[in-house]
Amino acid sequence: MADLSNPRGTRPKSRFTLNNIVLYGILGLMSIYYLLPLYVMVMTSLKDMAEIRMGNIFAPPVEVTFHPWVKAWAEACTGLNCDGLSRGFWNSVMITVPSVIISIIVASVNGYALVNWKFKGSEVFFTILIFGSFIPYQIMLYPIVIILRELGIYGTLGGLIMVHTIFGMPILTLLFRNYFSSLPEELFKAARVDGAGFWGIYFQIMLPMSMPIFVVALILQITGIWNDFLFGVVFTKPEIYPMTVQLNNIVNSVQGVKEYNVNMAATMLTGLVPLIVYFVSGKLFVRGIAAGAVKG
Amino acid sequence: MKTFKIAALLATVALPGAAFATELEVTHWWTSGGESAAVAELAKAFDASGDKWVDGAIAGGGDTARPVMISRITGGDPMGATQFNHGQQALELVQAGLMLDLTDVAEANNWKGVINPPSLLDSCTVDGKVYCAPLNIHSPEWLWLNNKVYTDLGLAVPTNWNEFVATAPQVEAAGKIPLALGRQPWQSNLAFGALTIGVGGLDLWKSINIDKNMDAAAGPDMLKVFQAAADARKLAAKSTVQDWNQATNMVITGEAAGQIMGDWAQGEFQVAGKVAGTDYTCLPGMGLNAYISTGGDAFYFPKLADPEKEAAQKRLAALLVSPEVQVAFNLKKGSLPIRGDIDMSTANDCMKKGLEILAGGNIVPAGDQVWSPDVQTQLGDMQGQFWSTDMSPEDAQARYVEILKSGL
Amino acid sequence: MSGQAKPVRLLRNLNAKIAAVPMILTTLVVFVGGTIWTVVYSFTDSKLLPRLRWVGLDQYERLWSTDLWNMAINNLLFFGVMSMTFTISIGFLLAVLMDQKIRFEDTFRTIMLYPFALSFIVTGLVWQWILDPGMGLQEVVRRMGWETFSFDPLHDADTVLYGLLIAGLWQGTGFTMCLMLAGLRGIDDDIWKAARVDGIPRWKTYLFVVVPMMRPVFITTLVLVAAGIIKLYDLVVAQTNGNPGNASQMPAMYVYRYMFTAQNLGQGFAASTMMLLSVLIVLIPWAYLEFGGKKRG
Repeated sequence: MADLSNPRGTRPKSRFTLNNIVLYGILGLMSIYYLLPLYVMVMTSLKDMAEIRMGNIFAPPVEVTFHPWVKAWAEACTGLNCDGLSRGFWNSVMITVPSVIISIIVASVNGYALVNWKFKGSEVFFTILIFGSFIPYQIMLYPIVIILRELGIYGTLGGLIMVHTIFGMPILTLLFRNYFSSLPEELFKAARVDGAGFWGIYFQIMLPMSMPIFVVALILQITGIWNDFLFGVVFTKPEIYPMTVQLNNIVNSVQGVKEYNVNMAATMLTGLVPLIVYFVSGKLFVRGIAAGAVKG
Repeated sequence: MKTFKIAALLATVALPGAAFATELEVTHWWTSGGESAAVAELAKAFDASGDKWVDGAIAGGGDTARPVMISRITGGDPMGATQFNHGQQALELVQAGLMLDLTDVAEANNWKGVINPPSLLDSCTVDGKVYCAPLNIHSPEWLWLNNKVYTDLGLAVPTNWNEFVATAPQVEAAGKIPLALGRQPWQSNLAFGALTIGVGGLDLWKSINIDKNMDAAAGPDMLKVFQAAADARKLAAKSTVQDWNQATNMVITGEAAGQIMGDWAQGEFQVAGKVAGTDYTCLPGMGLNAYISTGGDAFYFPKLADPEKEAAQKRLAALLVSPEVQVAFNLKKGSLPIRGDIDMSTANDCMKKGLEILAGGNIVPAGDQVWSPDVQTQLGDMQGQFWSTDMSPEDAQARYVEILKSGL
Repeated sequence: MSGQAKPVRLLRNLNAKIAAVPMILTTLVVFVGGTIWTVVYSFTDSKLLPRLRWVGLDQYERLWSTDLWNMAINNLLFFGVMSMTFTISIGFLLAVLMDQKIRFEDTFRTIMLYPFALSFIVTGLVWQWILDPGMGLQEVVRRMGWETFSFDPLHDADTVLYGLLIAGLWQGTGFTMCLMLAGLRGIDDDIWKAARVDGIPRWKTYLFVVVPMMRPVFITTLVLVAAGIIKLYDLVVAQTNGNPGNASQMPAMYVYRYMFTAQNLGQGFAASTMMLLSVLIVLIPWAYLEFGGKKRG
């Protein structure tokens, strides 16, 4: 990934050239397209149903109400369970935290072994792994159901964590492998001469030098796992449904009239965690997605 | 082991006390307002008997929920009890030995004697053993009408499908949608099934679905049904909602004049405080043929390792069929009870119509009882397309025959 | 390799091999094993539970004679071509604009990229709401006085894919823009200087000099977008659920529907095998160009 901080082109001399008007005009219009849904989500979630029916979706609320947010978080029903999205939120936290940690540990060790401790066939496994990331998940769904059943962890948190670790492996391994191979080999050789072993070098040399790439992996995995829907549907049960699945359930579990304000508040709540990660991480996120591009 | 089972059974009758309090997770797809109210009755009764109902509702209808249920059972993480429709949906699970044998419960509670119609118990029976507890009868062949839409226009409320179609232009001219239809495939399939019995008649239905006469399916009488459906889809063209209860809500609010939907729609009218006969009209068999098919729901109990849970499963099975629960649940759900020996005098007009038809024996099995889920899914996909596009009745019929043949 | 070194080497690699066990298991058991398993069972008549009763190519014959599958494939092709064309052209255009030493570059990038952080479920639901005919965009324009205005893509079989496209592009173009921008900035300054000296207009330089030089970036983007489109599932589930009347059905949904709802595993396996084949059709030429060429060169 090249550095993004060096714009090319010449800086135009005047502010109000035709070029500039067209340039900023297009960028402004596109920005409206990108911002509109976020704006509509927030506005809709702050109105009551009467106002939604009367007014237009682009107008700001006449009377701001936070009730839809409260309802979406704590009261919205799926069947008899009326505890809103809060359960899904905590489920997602319990799924995301261990999945992120475990998948990053496994993949970083993989990448390290692939670069510094090549063994016969290691490149073959790596190639299969990268190919694997392009295989449609659908083809592996049922075999994984069987594997999880045989391991006795189907429908459990552990099962889902394992699935996330498996499917996060290709991209993360690629990420770490590329990073580790960019580190000077002399470091590794010197440590070998000093008699350090596999784990010793990993913990004392590789780990401290690789914090940026760990942060990138962290961002990648938090957003990726938080946003997962398919695995959440197929490999869990209602009790431990992640937030995305519960969101889709609540929105589709209509009792009487569709409550658009509650739906939009619920949608916002679900998008909040990745959005916060995105806004806080800034340019690291860009690096993460460029590196994670393989994930598709 | 055996004596323990019997002791546990006796205990359900003798002392429904806290001594046996066991948690059972129950999965189902009842998430609309009326459905939630009904399922709350089941939970209340089960909790009152000393056990604990852990609700596992799955939104999005049966097509969404069943995959989750089945994966959990085959994946080795079974729930305590789960809803399926009467018919073949759980057949392979039973054959694979994953379901609990309820024969002793059935015998102890004389299910053979009380369950009516007997075909429901037959659907639960595989190789002479009972594997499910029937809960209710739902018939899909009903036409629901908003009376006010018609009285406002100075029209008489239609008494059958033909009158409904005849008055549709006036309804449309008044800016209303004549026919509300949710856009999920199963709803189109349901509407078509209702038209088959209503317009095509009972003999045609039976010869195709029971005798599997493919010539009848490809014949001119069936083509008439497809033509009727083609007319009906024009009336529903402006209905864009997804869920059935949103469509029902359009009828309740008078945005639409009518809907073809199962008798469960009644629960929604009830929750909205509407009165059968005055606010809305229901026409079983589309007002043309007073027949209903006896679909509905049954509960299956996956095999669990824990003998205490197994005892609780059997207690729940017995409870679901018990007279008190049958009355309480079905009144809220708008469905018919699976036993004829209970007092349903508090039922409203629509349910009474259904009860009469049931008592008169004018019943046919439901689609799920005569066709496999594979065929039903294909029919749903085909009908979903037929009702949303301008596919010709002839093309649709040809594909209909092909799909049925795949299930022979 | 001498006889003495061998045991040492084996011993030294032992740790690495142990550390690589999760990767080896994942590749062999899940990726290779799982794929082979599914392909093998696609030749059986498995219903609710997998069983080895062979039916040859029956499942494939039925698959390709099923309207729903053919519609799903057509939808995917149409959506895929449209999506690739627009993602790449909009992404490139935006990247060029962003490359003009503009003010607030970071702000613009933040705005364009944030949708990519969101779940497809969120994207699908919010666009479903904006495109709602009764209360969304259409109604707003109508209330402003243009009463015959009609914009209801999601409920018309002919336009529903455009509705999905609007949402898909919203989520994905910012990402392509970033990839393209990185590519643009990887181009040597001397090229620009040379073009300026020769008096070639800027737009011509972009079109005829820069674009050909960015070929690898375009190809990578194309492959990434294509692989993502074939998997398309969440967005459609949330936004249209395949409606109206299957007009927005996708192969991934067909697989799920027949595997689990219709209790016809064999059919679902056959469909997912076809999905795998289509990925390979995209992937193999790319891998050949990307890696095969290099090894020889």
